Amino acid sequence: MSVEQIVEYLIKSVLILAVMTAGFAYVTYYERKVLARMQTRIGPNRAGPWGILQPVADGVKLIFKEEFTPKNADKVLFVLAPIITVLPALIITAVVPWGPTVNVFGYQVPLYLANVNIAILYLGAVASISVYGIVLAGWSSNNKYAMMGGIRSTAQMISYELALGLSFVSVTLLAGSMSLVDIVKVQGADGFVGWLIWNLSQPLGFILFMVAALAETNRAPFDLPEAEHELTAGYHTEYSGMKFAMFYMAEYIKIIAMSMIASTLFLGGYLGPFINQVPWLGPIYLFIKTVIVIFIFIWVRATFPRFRYDQLMSFGWKILLPLGFLNMLIAGVITVLRGG
Amino acid sequence: MFIVQLARGLWVVLSNMFEKPVTYQYPEKKRPVRPRFKGRHNLHRYDNGLEKCIGCSLCAAACPSDAIFVESAENTDEVRYSPGERYASTYEINMLRCIFCGYCEDACPTEAIVLGDNYELSFYDRRQAIYTKEMLIVPVPPGGKPTPQKVEPGKFNRSIPVMENPKD
Repeated sequence: MSVEQIVEYLIKSVLILAVMTAGFAYVTYYERKVLARMQTRIGPNRAGPWGILQPVADGVKLIFKEEFTPKNADKVLFVLAPIITVLPALIITAVVPWGPTVNVFGYQVPLYLANVNIAILYLGAVASISVYGIVLAGWSSNNKYAMMGGIRSTAQMISYELALGLSFVSVTLLAGSMSLVDIVKVQGADGFVGWLIWNLSQPLGFILFMVAALAETNRAPFDLPEAEHELTAGYHTEYSGMKFAMFYMAEYIKIIAMSMIASTLFLGGYLGPFINQVPWLGPIYLFIKTVIVIFIFIWVRATFPRFRYDQLMSFGWKILLPLGFLNMLIAGVITVLRGG
Repeated sequence: MFIVQLARGLWVVLSNMFEKPVTYQYPEKKRPVRPRFKGRHNLHRYDNGLEKCIGCSLCAAACPSDAIFVESAENTDEVRYSPGERYASTYEINMLRCIFCGYCEDACPTEAIVLGDNYELSFYDRRQAIYTKEMLIVPVPPGGKPTPQKVEPGKFNRSIPVMENPKD
């Protein structure tokens, strides 16, 4: 590995971390604005023009809050849990390509950090690690509500990882590869028509993925681990200050990551008009698609009330799982018909 | 169908997004209060500038939260604050105790205390929450003279004016 490559990877890694962290701040702003408009309110508009500095104000507030640790908490795990939750969220997008290869000062740079041949497996694995953070947070807080939240999170994860995995499987079947870079290339292989066929063949897969992603990110209507009506704040009841901000960060960065993955798997990723002529359009197309998918996340949150726990479990096992198998069958039939 | 219901719900939320927000941009744009809104109290004056309050303490007696304190003193024709024998030398309302029920307004025999439309009552300490007579009393109307006034004897002996039925 040459020095140039190391520098290239370093720059890309820092860029991903910076974009995800800044993105987290502005997804909260975006969410508050969109939620407000959906409730015919205005939303934050005091800090800076159009409230654009609101995330900064929130961040400063959280930094100056008291860091409270309960007396009988498991101190090490209590500190470790937010970190375990936030790290997978930060690294999950390493395998997502944001554009084709571009020419930077005569040097060919592919616009992705890692082209892993088991990228989909990596997504599934890394996405599930953060549930450990939630369970440990619940357990180490030494609080019954936090404990309940953590337990719910585990049960929820078991039900929804299956649906998520099945929607991954059908995409893998169609693309014939587990690498996200290849999946995007397959979607763009036959031009616009191929892209359209891909998208129209997987509406069920997209819906399944979105439902599972909502559950994965603990968002309404699947925010049972932090159901504030029953569990005060669920697993992060005892957390305050920056430790709480880390959980918050994990949730929102995961939303960005899941939206990027949804765009990549089902909406063509960085593909768009004139992408072959101007490769720098790739990140812009991916950004637009991600923003649209994040809008769906917020829209669903604004609309649906929280599921009851037993409804959630039966929904996961009795509806999503069979639908996932059905979608796999569709993908298989399409693959056979194409002669794959 | 369940899916159709979900889609309808989503549609309602999305269509709400294109409606005009109902928010009032509060400190810049204030929402007008209702006609019978009960805000901060005002102590009123007659057209000639004399205070309506005669220091009878009926408002303090009617107050369910014991927020009003009145101390009265004697009027003379040389030093006259209000018609009749007495006037309120001290009139204090503790705005932290006041529940804005308006019983003081009902009890007042001279319509001196009236709940106004000012709802912007905030303080930095408890001391500031006590509104004194100087803060509550309205300015002297045009054509009137400030109190204490020197008046001709025998003209302002009746402390309670001739009342009319309220209009609103």
